[in-house]
Amino acid sequence: MFEPTEDQLAIIEMVADFATEQIAPHAAAWDRDHHFPVDVLAEAGALGMGGIYVREDFGGSGMSRLDAALIFEELAKADPTIAAYISIHNMVVWMIDKFGNDEQRAAWVPQLCTMEMLGSYCLTEPGVGSDAAALSTRAVLDGDSYVLNGTKQFISGAGSSGVYLVMARTADTGSAGITAFLVPDGTPGLSFGALEAKMGWNAQPTRQVVMDNVRIPAGNRLGEEGTGFGIAMKGLNGGRVNIGACSVGGGQAALEKSIAYLKEREAFGKPLIGQQALLFEIADMETELETARTMIWRAADALERGTADAVRLCAMAKRVATDAGFNAANTALQLHGGYGYLSEYGIEKIVRDLRVHQILEGSNEIMRLVIGRLAVER
Amino acid sequence: MKIVVLIKQVPDTAEERRLSPDTGKVDREAADPVIDEITERALELALTVKDRDKSTEVVVATMGPTEASKSIRKALSMGADSGIHILDDSLAGADTVLTGAALAGALRGTGADLVIAGNESTDGRAGMIPAMIAEHLDLPLLGSLVSADIGSDAVTGVRVSELGTQEVVASYPAILTVTERFEEARFPNFKGIMGAKRKPVATISASELGIAAEVRSTVLDLAQRPPRNAGRKIVDDGNAAAELVDFLAARRLI
Repeated sequence: MFEPTEDQLAIIEMVADFATEQIAPHAAAWDRDHHFPVDVLAEAGALGMGGIYVREDFGGSGMSRLDAALIFEELAKADPTIAAYISIHNMVVWMIDKFGNDEQRAAWVPQLCTMEMLGSYCLTEPGVGSDAAALSTRAVLDGDSYVLNGTKQFISGAGSSGVYLVMARTADTGSAGITAFLVPDGTPGLSFGALEAKMGWNAQPTRQVVMDNVRIPAGNRLGEEGTGFGIAMKGLNGGRVNIGACSVGGGQAALEKSIAYLKEREAFGKPLIGQQALLFEIADMETELETARTMIWRAADALERGTADAVRLCAMAKRVATDAGFNAANTALQLHGGYGYLSEYGIEKIVRDLRVHQILEGSNEIMRLVIGRLAVER
Repeated sequence: MKIVVLIKQVPDTAEERRLSPDTGKVDREAADPVIDEITERALELALTVKDRDKSTEVVVATMGPTEASKSIRKALSMGADSGIHILDDSLAGADTVLTGAALAGALRGTGADLVIAGNESTDGRAGMIPAMIAEHLDLPLLGSLVSADIGSDAVTGVRVSELGTQEVVASYPAILTVTERFEEARFPNFKGIMGAKRKPVATISASELGIAAEVRSTVLDLAQRPPRNAGRKIVDDGNAAAELVDFLAARRLI
């Protein structure tokens, strides 16, 4: 488990080559220009990155959760924003593959796996974040279709996606009254808010998704009525491991830049790396990232095998890894001094991008709530 | 159609490459071994033929140490169907004559319609192997092409020399070599990576090829490349153009 297989090493090498050649050289410009590189995402999809842990019969790559974690870490070394976007897309594709019937899988999964079509995950609402079970978007059955009304907030890829996986209320019974729906782009009544101006994650669009009497066929319901909250949470378990892996990758890139900088920059007559206080910072970054990586791999393995403690381990991994990644990036900025604050050195972007990983896919406070409750319930 | 692509494992050009002063051979510890980028383009050319016609069989062949199997594996993950690995300790340090004979021997039984190679490798850069193979196998050689059109009955190509452009054509079987003007190689996809280890690789020894591992050339001496000197700066005080012309003319560059 702690030694990648020969196949995994080959996968890491390919993803690293792809990320180094097709993503890293453009990451700064995409961030600056708020450019969403759908063409590069389609290239990633052609290589199998659109449905990494999706079954093979409809075009998935049929790989493991651990494979996915290794892939997201490599992608994030080049650009945490693109890596995180691909991670969210994979979460959506997996949910359709896992909980959809064969008709739904055949209709959506192939083009989502190649990333010729993109998918958005729509759970959060303007007034409903961590308390997701309180969501108010409503779906009403009318003949052989559902009519959806409501607004979703902070939706990654909104406006560019071909399908929106929307969690909506079909009964006033709390989390048990939530159902998942597939809303195709272009459905009348579906519209999007303005592009949100953000601290980071600028290479992917974030918008509101607004549904005003959006009518979709009843066949677009994913799973049974009332199962939507469970589907949403199961998707998030994987999402948490993946976003954690993205944080480890971003943090690792910041660490490597810092080591190179401290070796090269001289002050007080010698390279900065000769200052023990700074060496200790490197040691702490290295240790925290390796600790997080170990936790990510363990959670990915638990998720793969469907163990009883998977939820707990995924929450721990998400919390540990997103904190470790952000802390490493923030320390890297300090180690670079004034240069770290300049865009040119690429450090401040990693700080901005990784900051949101502590908030989304369930904030780190919610992770502590999950972990704490499970601890005292034992 | 059956295409055999000759690939070579070389030290990564992106890293520092060294010769070992004791043996005169490549220091394989100094840089990561990768598939030579020109032979990767050769493979890409073969794979585009396979993209168009799925019945195309693409075989990669190489001569090299045990670790060269990693390069074969990568080529298989990119889409080649099978591999041929000439692996024999007695061939370590082989010169071009021996390498050419060994590769020709391995190609002889393949029934290849077309052999594609790089015009030269990024490490040795002798550029002799394809011509030697052509001689051994009595094949027409379309060397150092800048473009190629692999048709069903014949292969045509364009080569650029100092004197001009040549259009060349040959019927099969034939051997062609690509230059860096050809497309960069594709990335292997996940399915290709996972499926590569199920593809067959034939390992062949020198004795199976019926060749005597006899090296006819030896390295007498090698020297470290001298460090670069600072260039001369011409400051324009009105006759910089004339000075520049003199500078270039003195070095027979114009």
